[in-house]
Amino acid sequence: MITSAQLKALIEALSATVAAHAAELTDLDSAIGDGDHGANMKRGFDAVAGEADAISAKPEAEALKAIGTKLVMTVGGASGPLYGTLFLTLGKELTVSPDDYPAALRRAVDAVAARGKSAYGQKTMLDVLYPVAEAVEANKSKAEIVAVAHDAVAATRDRKAIRGRASFLGDRSIGHIDPGARSSALLVEAVAGVL
Amino acid sequence: MSNVGIVIVSHSPLVAEGAADMVRQMVGDDVPLAWCGGNPDGGLGTSVEAIIAAIDRAWSENGVAILVDLGGAETNSEMAVEMLDPARAGKVVVCNAPVVEGAVMAATEASGGASLAEVQATAEELSPA
Ligand SMILES: [Mg+2]
Repeated sequence: MITSAQLKALIEALSATVAAHAAELTDLDSAIGDGDHGANMKRGFDAVAGEADAISAKPEAEALKAIGTKLVMTVGGASGPLYGTLFLTLGKELTVSPDDYPAALRRAVDAVAARGKSAYGQKTMLDVLYPVAEAVEANKSKAEIVAVAHDAVAATRDRKAIRGRASFLGDRSIGHIDPGARSSALLVEAVAGVL
Repeated sequence: MSNVGIVIVSHSPLVAEGAADMVRQMVGDDVPLAWCGGNPDGGLGTSVEAIIAAIDRAWSENGVAILVDLGGAETNSEMAVEMLDPARAGKVVVCNAPVVEGAVMAATEASGGASLAEVQATAEELSPA
């Protein structure tokens, strides 16, 4: 069970890493998309951080759902429902099976895939989230999980985008890392730094 | 009003409003119509909260068809529909159709009293399978 203090530290770490990397995320998105990923993520995670006290006072599963709902309502791009669904599903799954984090993460990533009508290998956040879910299931160390996430981001560079605006570029999307993959790895690293 | 309602969701409020103007030109006030565009800060993007409010403004007991432009508008609209009261959610569809042409065609179909399924099918005829 994640404690209230951990939840608060988690929210602060997530919003801090998004704020610190907002310009980078925007640059990545400008290269192969509409250049709003940094600003959108920052708007969403700033909104979550603005309610850090109220959210972290809730039980773990409810807090995760509250983070998800906040992201859905504030991000303003597809990443809102996508990351929102990740947190909402984590909360729902942990309500049903408390403490089964690997299973909750796997189902949450599946829910993101369904929400985005996408799959692993299409140059999206799923290219990071699926390997991370696997690493968590395999009980890898936090350092190993973070390394898996960053390696997975690098692997998006040579892929052609199949979903999202980057897919409009076709082959021209090859050679750029995916902004959603990058933001996913940043969030994974922030979580690993707290839990 | 019993005709199916139409909601237009674009990343740009100007596009959404313009498409709504074109719909009004065809169907006048015969179809409940609402539009929204822009992210929660007013920049280009879409807002789940604004989409939910637009569905409310265009509400019809016979259902509401949403027309969207690009990916985020679709994902946010689908999310908005899921967040509705379940009794309402079952009467709202997101059409796979171009936003301007789809809205005009869907509204024209709706103005003749067509069902939600007919309205959706008319809009989606514009999209290659
Ligand atoms: Mg973008």
